[in-house]
Amino acid sequence: MGVEGIGARVARKEDKRFLTGKGRYTDDMSVPGMKYAIFVRSPYAHAKIRSIDAAAARAMPGVIDVLDGKQLLADGIGNLICGWMIHSKDGSPMKMGAWRPLAHETVRYVGDAVAIVVADSIAEAKDAAEAVVVDYQELPVVTDATKALEPGQPQLHPEAPNNLIFDWQIGDPAATDKAIASAAHVTEITIQNNRLSPNPMEPRATLGIYDGGDDHYTCYTTSQNPHVARLVMSAFYNVAPENKLRVIAPDVGGGFGSKIYIYPEEIVCLWASKRTGVPVKWTSDRTEAFLTDAHGRDHLSTVKMAFDADNRIIGLKVDTTANLGAYMSLFSSAVPTYLYATLLSGQYDIPAIHANVRTVYTNTAPVDAYRGAGRPEATYLLERTMETAARELGVSPAELRRVNFIRSFPHQTPVIMNYDAGDYEASLNAAMQASDWNGFAARKAEAAKRGMKRGIGMSCYIEACGIAPSAAVGSLGAGVGLWESAEVRVNAVGTIEVLTGSHSHGQGHETTFAQLVADRFGVPIDSVNIVHGDTDKVQMGMGTYGSRSGAVGMSAVVKALDKVEAKAKKIAAHLMEADESDIVIENGELKVAGTDKAVPWFQMALAAYTAHNLPPGMEPGLKEGAFYDPANFTFPAGCYICEVEVDPETGVTKIIQFVAADDFGNIINPMIVEGQVHGGLAQGIGQALLEGVHYDPANGQLLTASYMDYAMPRADDLPSFKVSTSNTPCPNNPLGIKGCGEAGAIGSPPALINAITDAIGNNRLTMPATPQKVWAAAHAAN
Amino acid sequence: MAKITMTVNGRQVSGQCHDRTLLVHFIRENLGLTGTHVGCDTSQCGACVVHMDGMSIKSCSTLAAQAAGSEITTIEGLAANGELHPVQAAFKANHGLQCGFCTPGMVMTAVDMIRRHGGQLDEATVRAELEGNICRCTGYHNIVKAILAASAEMGGARVAAE
Amino acid sequence: MYETHYHRASSIQDAVKLKQAAGEGKYLAGGMTLIPTMKQRLAAPTDLIDLRHVSEMRGIKVTGKTVRIAAATTHFEVASSAELAAVCPAICGLASHIGDPHVRHMGTIGGSLANNDPAADYPSAMLALDATIVTDRREIAAGDFFTGLFETALEDGELVTAITFEAPAKAAYQKFANPASRYAMAGVFVARRDNGDVRVAVTGAGSSGVFRHKGMETALSSNWSPDALANVPVDASDLLSDIHADATYRANLVKVMAKRAVAAA
Repeated sequence: MGVEGIGARVARKEDKRFLTGKGRYTDDMSVPGMKYAIFVRSPYAHAKIRSIDAAAARAMPGVIDVLDGKQLLADGIGNLICGWMIHSKDGSPMKMGAWRPLAHETVRYVGDAVAIVVADSIAEAKDAAEAVVVDYQELPVVTDATKALEPGQPQLHPEAPNNLIFDWQIGDPAATDKAIASAAHVTEITIQNNRLSPNPMEPRATLGIYDGGDDHYTCYTTSQNPHVARLVMSAFYNVAPENKLRVIAPDVGGGFGSKIYIYPEEIVCLWASKRTGVPVKWTSDRTEAFLTDAHGRDHLSTVKMAFDADNRIIGLKVDTTANLGAYMSLFSSAVPTYLYATLLSGQYDIPAIHANVRTVYTNTAPVDAYRGAGRPEATYLLERTMETAARELGVSPAELRRVNFIRSFPHQTPVIMNYDAGDYEASLNAAMQASDWNGFAARKAEAAKRGMKRGIGMSCYIEACGIAPSAAVGSLGAGVGLWESAEVRVNAVGTIEVLTGSHSHGQGHETTFAQLVADRFGVPIDSVNIVHGDTDKVQMGMGTYGSRSGAVGMSAVVKALDKVEAKAKKIAAHLMEADESDIVIENGELKVAGTDKAVPWFQMALAAYTAHNLPPGMEPGLKEGAFYDPANFTFPAGCYICEVEVDPETGVTKIIQFVAADDFGNIINPMIVEGQVHGGLAQGIGQALLEGVHYDPANGQLLTASYMDYAMPRADDLPSFKVSTSNTPCPNNPLGIKGCGEAGAIGSPPALINAITDAIGNNRLTMPATPQKVWAAAHAAN
Repeated sequence: MAKITMTVNGRQVSGQCHDRTLLVHFIRENLGLTGTHVGCDTSQCGACVVHMDGMSIKSCSTLAAQAAGSEITTIEGLAANGELHPVQAAFKANHGLQCGFCTPGMVMTAVDMIRRHGGQLDEATVRAELEGNICRCTGYHNIVKAILAASAEMGGARVAAE
Repeated sequence: MYETHYHRASSIQDAVKLKQAAGEGKYLAGGMTLIPTMKQRLAAPTDLIDLRHVSEMRGIKVTGKTVRIAAATTHFEVASSAELAAVCPAICGLASHIGDPHVRHMGTIGGSLANNDPAADYPSAMLALDATIVTDRREIAAGDFFTGLFETALEDGELVTAITFEAPAKAAYQKFANPASRYAMAGVFVARRDNGDVRVAVTGAGSSGVFRHKGMETALSSNWSPDALANVPVDASDLLSDIHADATYRANLVKVMAKRAVAAA
């Protein structure tokens, strides 16, 4: 592998700029004449807009202009869209209500934008925003998805009667019902998956610049996928044609899904820049982020899991209601369907599965993909059910899982997915060994002597990553293909630029993508630059989400490297008068195998550009591009074990140890992979213990609108983690890698809740398991 | 508007700002030092931590006017002569950062923490001392590791020098 | 933040004069509550009178068992004072858990008391220690100082300059922090005098702010041990309820924190 090649624990190239304050985030951007935007937002969760009077605000010091939704409509700016068509089981298409970037008739959640103020400073824009008079007629509110489906509830969109967006199903209902009817045991449970706020530490921001000379727009934005943003803004929102719109996502401070989507602010700032003639920058504050960043999760499900007399699962029936908030965000429809129900087989051989999913409008922020997106919901549901079943059946949780593991591959589940490789028992064994599972009883007894309740819980997760084969997702309703592109440019002096459609916002692509090149050509990673995040530099790409940068983005780089290597070998063979099949590339040299003849990499590159002595007919230069469309999803899997101690007097849960044993296939940089797992675990533990978005059901006010009320995991909430990996290489991509970005957030919540419920002897506990809830549950059980 | 003078990263600087201008905005907008970040509105995330007269403070909760006449060190002032400060180097060696947004505040906090504890830090203390800094990427695992490594190195260096 | 005017006071007298001359002015000590509140546009003082540079308002003086902490002394200075730790380690311990290190470097004891946040830590210590709040014009017993949520006995323009108290024989503070804000959800300061008098003060839980719990005081006066509290009822009806903790749970926390404080004292 070499010290900087595939598998090497290389320190990150990008770190120096972040560590010295030289990172360049969107809010750090400043251009001549730039002004600042503040959005006027609805204080009501549901209201008609009678009128907007901005005259006084326009006259205030420093104000350039105040623009509203009627002006936006008049200028032909389109509705925000959901890009994945789902059909209900009756064949009807999903009911998408209109989402205007600036509401001009109805506001549907607290934070819905109604106007933009552009001023010389943020403070002056805020002063003026307070002076914009919006006359609202309040309407009744519904925030709970189950309630919103009931008759007589407030109606959000005329397009969606009873607030139902779609009523969708997957699997075989008849076979599943039959299995349940014939079962030796059926475990029934209600599973709630709490609503979360993604909270990347960098709040969203955008800088819209209109250049009247060229009728050209530039959009700096905090995006995980600038090309998708350009495509959507051009094709659907009518902001500008693609050739007149440059989208730049510079350093981005975390995304976790929330920066996939194209939000109203990017569109409005670009439009406002043209209307006002000045560059317009908007930076979200944290409360705006809580109000308007797409939330995650918010499912309520009932589950029936049927077992035969040998404790084998023979059927699984799931009924889920998913809250999508006030509007359908970009990928919101895919999350509770194809990213969720297709994973309901878990690591288990289940012959019959049926899932029904209803998605619902409520007067809350839009809900979309958040780290894991659908797969955490599936895993939590399955692994809480498995734990419950083990307790009901009186078998050990490990044994029940072992009995049901899928053991041969490929494996076709009843819910679309075809698992290509895995060894679930290996992860289970590794995690049990690392956690000293067998020594738990003694530790529990010791804790009991101190008056503490110790518990242990496990979770065996699987996820589908590396999204995704374009034709497959197209057949399921996706509006885009999910390939990735790459271009490898070898400069005349042999240094290399890799242009990728993947976007790095913490994942370390500038290092790991360079490691691929170092591995292939034996050149130092310092001679390789990774270029991403700018639609003027990289032609097209689908961006970073769904743990796809490695499996899909890197695979595109590999394809491009293949082409570069082939041409480089031809040039070297010609220079050394050898056969190209004899050329090997090692340590930055192209050698004739078995001889001492060699051409340094840079000399070959120079030859490509001087073009004095190239093989007959060969074009000068050395630059190759590739598009890679994956053949299948990838299927990372693993086993997580959590051990906790609950203080019965206060209900405080202390995590004693957290073990993660993952199978990510081949690994490019173990240090970065471990870091991804750590971060995912923290977010999963946050969901299970601390985090939850709360709306006041009476009026739709967000009660968790800052870190004063939304509990973010801090360093003293968490332990150091014990992580390890095993490897069944993915057979469907050239690197054999599966993806690691979401696993931690997917596998950890059920392990933690299984541990707490084990500790307190009461299985009735919802996330987040706050001290109050755990205290109450512990005492209810006694 | 008033003229404010302070010493930032060893250099005396002046700038015009309103009395309501926060120190973080003075640093970012007036001085163009954009390494100091704003990650929340309620003084909890710590992305804005700088040193004022040698102590870590939140520049988002301090007026520029309050800092007039003081000595401020920002993340940009930590590396000397292009060499990473031992805490910066430890964050890199231990992968103590991912997206980098909380990183300046984390590093400034770590430097202050190590100074106050004289190189005598353990994991529990580091985690407790990080109460005012939120990271969403790393799960803190490698941040804690990096601070302990830097503390050991700097504590060791101090002993060696004595 | 709304526009405001900043003034830097050089002495107590100067500060009071600046405040008198201001419209709707406010004293600014560490600013750890005031500035965030102004950022949220929930406070709009026309003028701010900065006290950080008033040297007579800083410092800790211990004479025998008599403690005097000047009002602009930071939480960090209280937490790390060896002199204070020698006579009343409980207040150092309390200060070491206020906010986070950065807050402790700026936030002051006087600022905390004048603000009287119902979830702040110091008010419980002042009540339990029977402290005296010294102002530019008088001395106020802690029992008379805290009058309600964010309400104190301070008159318009009155400036807290110091607090004084006699160090107790035993004392400790235990806090159960709100998982999000890390403010006290239930904080209990217990103090026992040489003469056996006991005070128990509770913060973070009361619906009208910090309060003394007479039942626990009586129980502990006759038997200074955690067990003495086992059968002392904590009435939930006067306690706060919010999304983090309802009154019943808070009542439990008050009891548990009190027991742990006695054990730690």
